[in-house]
Amino acid sequence: MCGMRPQDILMPLPAGLCCKPGGFHIDPVRPVERALITHGHSDHARAGHGAVLATQETLDMMRLRYGENFAGSVQAVAYGEEIRLGDVTVSFHPAGHVLGSAQISVTCKDRRIVASGDYKDARDPTCAPFELVPCDVFITEATFGLPVFRHGDAAGEVNKLLASVKLFPERAHLVGAYSLGKAQRVIALLREAGYDAPIHLHGAMEKITYYYQERGIPLGELRPARGMKKAELAGTITLAPPSATQDVWTRRFPDPVTAFASGWMRVRARARQGGIELPLVISDHADWDGLTATIAATGAGEIWVTHGQEDALVHWCKTKGLTARPLDLVGYGDEDEGETAAVTGEAQPAGEAKA
Amino acid sequence: MNRFAELLDRLAYEPGRNNKIKLLVGYFRETEDPDRGYALAALTGALSFKHAKPGLIRDLITERADPVLFGYSYDYVGDLSETVALMWPKATGASHNESFLGHPSPQPSPARGEGAQPPRSPHNDVEMTEVGEGRTGGWVPSPLAGEGEGEGYRGRDRSEIPRTHNNPPPPTLTDVVTTLRTLGKAELPAQLARWLDELDETGRWALLKLVTGAMRIGISARLAKTAAAALGDKDPHEIELMWPGLSPPYLELFAWLEGRGDKPVNSDPTPFRPVMLAHAVEDSDFANLDAADFSAEWKWDGIRVQAVAGRDAHGHIQARLYSRTGDDITGSFPDLVPSLHLPGAIDGELLVLRDGRVQTFNVLQQRLNRKVVSPKLIKEFPIHLRAYDLLGDDENDLRELPFTERRSHLEAFVAKLNDPRIDLSPTVPFASWEELAAARADPKSAGAGDDADAVEGVMLKRRDAPYLPGRPKGPWWKWKRDPHIIDAVLMYAQRGHGKRSSYYSDYTFGVWTRGEAGDELVPVGKAYFGFTDEELLQIDRFVRRNTTEKFGPVRHVVHEADQGLVLEVAFEGLQRSSRHKSGVAMRFPRISRLRWDKPPREADRLETLERMLISMTGS
Ligand SMILES: [Zn+2]
Repeated sequence: MCGMRPQDILMPLPAGLCCKPGGFHIDPVRPVERALITHGHSDHARAGHGAVLATQETLDMMRLRYGENFAGSVQAVAYGEEIRLGDVTVSFHPAGHVLGSAQISVTCKDRRIVASGDYKDARDPTCAPFELVPCDVFITEATFGLPVFRHGDAAGEVNKLLASVKLFPERAHLVGAYSLGKAQRVIALLREAGYDAPIHLHGAMEKITYYYQERGIPLGELRPARGMKKAELAGTITLAPPSATQDVWTRRFPDPVTAFASGWMRVRARARQGGIELPLVISDHADWDGLTATIAATGAGEIWVTHGQEDALVHWCKTKGLTARPLDLVGYGDEDEGETAAVTGEAQPAGEAKA
Repeated sequence: MNRFAELLDRLAYEPGRNNKIKLLVGYFRETEDPDRGYALAALTGALSFKHAKPGLIRDLITERADPVLFGYSYDYVGDLSETVALMWPKATGASHNESFLGHPSPQPSPARGEGAQPPRSPHNDVEMTEVGEGRTGGWVPSPLAGEGEGEGYRGRDRSEIPRTHNNPPPPTLTDVVTTLRTLGKAELPAQLARWLDELDETGRWALLKLVTGAMRIGISARLAKTAAAALGDKDPHEIELMWPGLSPPYLELFAWLEGRGDKPVNSDPTPFRPVMLAHAVEDSDFANLDAADFSAEWKWDGIRVQAVAGRDAHGHIQARLYSRTGDDITGSFPDLVPSLHLPGAIDGELLVLRDGRVQTFNVLQQRLNRKVVSPKLIKEFPIHLRAYDLLGDDENDLRELPFTERRSHLEAFVAKLNDPRIDLSPTVPFASWEELAAARADPKSAGAGDDADAVEGVMLKRRDAPYLPGRPKGPWWKWKRDPHIIDAVLMYAQRGHGKRSSYYSDYTFGVWTRGEAGDELVPVGKAYFGFTDEELLQIDRFVRRNTTEKFGPVRHVVHEADQGLVLEVAFEGLQRSSRHKSGVAMRFPRISRLRWDKPPREADRLETLERMLISMTGS
């Protein structure tokens, strides 16, 4: 049944990656009968599918965003657990991207394809570390698929923020960060750096951040920014969705310093474009070195590249003697739409964007 | 160098003028001589060494990185120095692949049912902690993972391990500047590569900006001098006056600012004075402006210059011609020098006059950027200075005087010069804005006569305003003539550079003409400004959704008779061009409106442009 070719196991279709022999889609962008979801970001986890298989955290996050009836039925899967679907066996493995994020391994006979979703190989105190899954075909994202993207030390970036807070005690610091994952990571890194003052949250971040705390991620004392007097916010740090750091909401803060935690901040023009005063290079995606090292380490001979800078990464794979092709899937983390819109302050529902 | 780089980096993101000054003063205070002096020189554009050509930087990177990947990166980042600074390979450290080799491939995790809880399986948990971010190398455990006994694979990038004492320290700014001064051309690439190896990312960026002479970081020379003045609590104007006599690394200047030395004196007889610039006036501004407060003159389509003459130590007259940015352009216009025979500083417009008649900018252009100024060139393109302000008269600085008084000094000065190559820019009399609008619409009958073709609008100057360097809002306004307008169709789009690198912001547009197979669009120009940020987003979205083909960074955008985007394009002039397929080239084209309402078939035709060309040039 499972043909000899990998594309008979997983095939890119308009609805998303489709596994015919297993009867499911991975991260479908349209409603399907059975969906396997890598992680809770809204471009990967959409409502309206018949049955959803995902980690408990991802299911919880979908419930938080879409309400109880986001799917016909749900099934939680543990990391490493093997599940038989039709003619294939699937298992979920930590992707190191956000809490509950998973790579999905699809095995048919002796051929294994790993769809890694979004991932990073860098340290993150708020989620399980990326697990390397040897495979024949590795499906990788390419959000930061250019050699100019080298994220550097996230702790150093957080120190930059703390130095600025010290330098401007009379001003508030607003840190733009995506609501799911990035915000909690920044908070955790602040705590690791020894910052123990209360950290304030934009309303759109509260639910998901409290959820992280419920799951046992220590984030210290958190307070809603709403209801605070302007003067009380001097010298404080507030986490907010990127779009909020550019709108009228910021008027409640005293002379705010606008920071933004994103891998895009590595490129000056991108940071300036968004009117950012304090760019913080902190990313939830692997950087160039991470992508290439991971691809090499999987041992896969064939690489499929999804959203991001596919061309450069495909080129790199080919120079390393790997078979590689872009998948041209649409609907995922298009930096040109979601990301830019967020940086330039175009309205965007909280928690929807990523990177 | 890293410290100076850090300053540049912070300045680049800091929007507030006062905060910028604070950063600069802090730097001048904490940095020792001569580094701070060279920094001031770099910020004021006063450093001189042979700049590295971008080609050299390109060669350096393509020797070390895949040229294709460099191409993609450069296209994305939009700035050569930044691209190279970001992707410059680490000097030390194992290659990434090596760090994986020999390591047993990890097995998939067993079922755990713990979701994102800390992994517990001792041999299955691959630690990649720190490899991406910490750069400390090794096998650092994640706090969440707890134990980190998993074998893991080694950090893929060990290059930013703190350098041992065997590594050379990164170069100081002084090292860089003094080395570059004496370095032979052949030695430059290797030296640059060494420095790039030694510096961090920001340091590399600043170094490359410096050596390519492309250090535009959003602060003016004026601001840097203001910060230097603030260091010693002095008036920036004092520094401005002595500046032409100073040279890097400005030891005596800093000594004076810190109260350790005497005030330096300017011995330059022909110093440049920073020019005063005008804001474009909007229709809505007139409601708040009183016509009686202003004097008007024609805005000439030439080159703004400052013509300075003074006496040297022997009492001989010396003359220099500066561009409005302070570049010495005397060498290009030797024919004007004898006319500047009285000490003084004229602000005026450089024009070409034939038989007393001002020629168009296209004609004047023939005199620009010439290596050799031949007698033939001088004869064919006789240069002329049309004076509109006087900043100094002999030893007297006139800049503090109101415009009307300076104007009387100017009239007297030009009369005294009595030279056919220098005349007065006449004032345009008017009693109301309506009257001035009429003059502006028809300069020919409002006094400009045969020179009307070289008039691009009027200048408004407040009668009571002193001459202020920079672009202060209020005292001077420029009121340009309405530009020419056509409707064209968007044909191709290209990613912008720098700030706009992630948008398709460079547009090639075309108009209809008769082709072999009926009507077709022929490109007539390129524009990359004129639209608002909101319009940029709209066009960008349109481009992405309507791309028919991609060629590298260029996208072909749908342009059919009933499908496509019509752009209203405004421009200042037209000229014949053999380089353009259409045979015409536009001067200063810009997108003035998006015509979503207009189907492409209704856009203008090439014949319209040809008619405009004939009426503009008579040819
Ligand atoms: Zn994601």
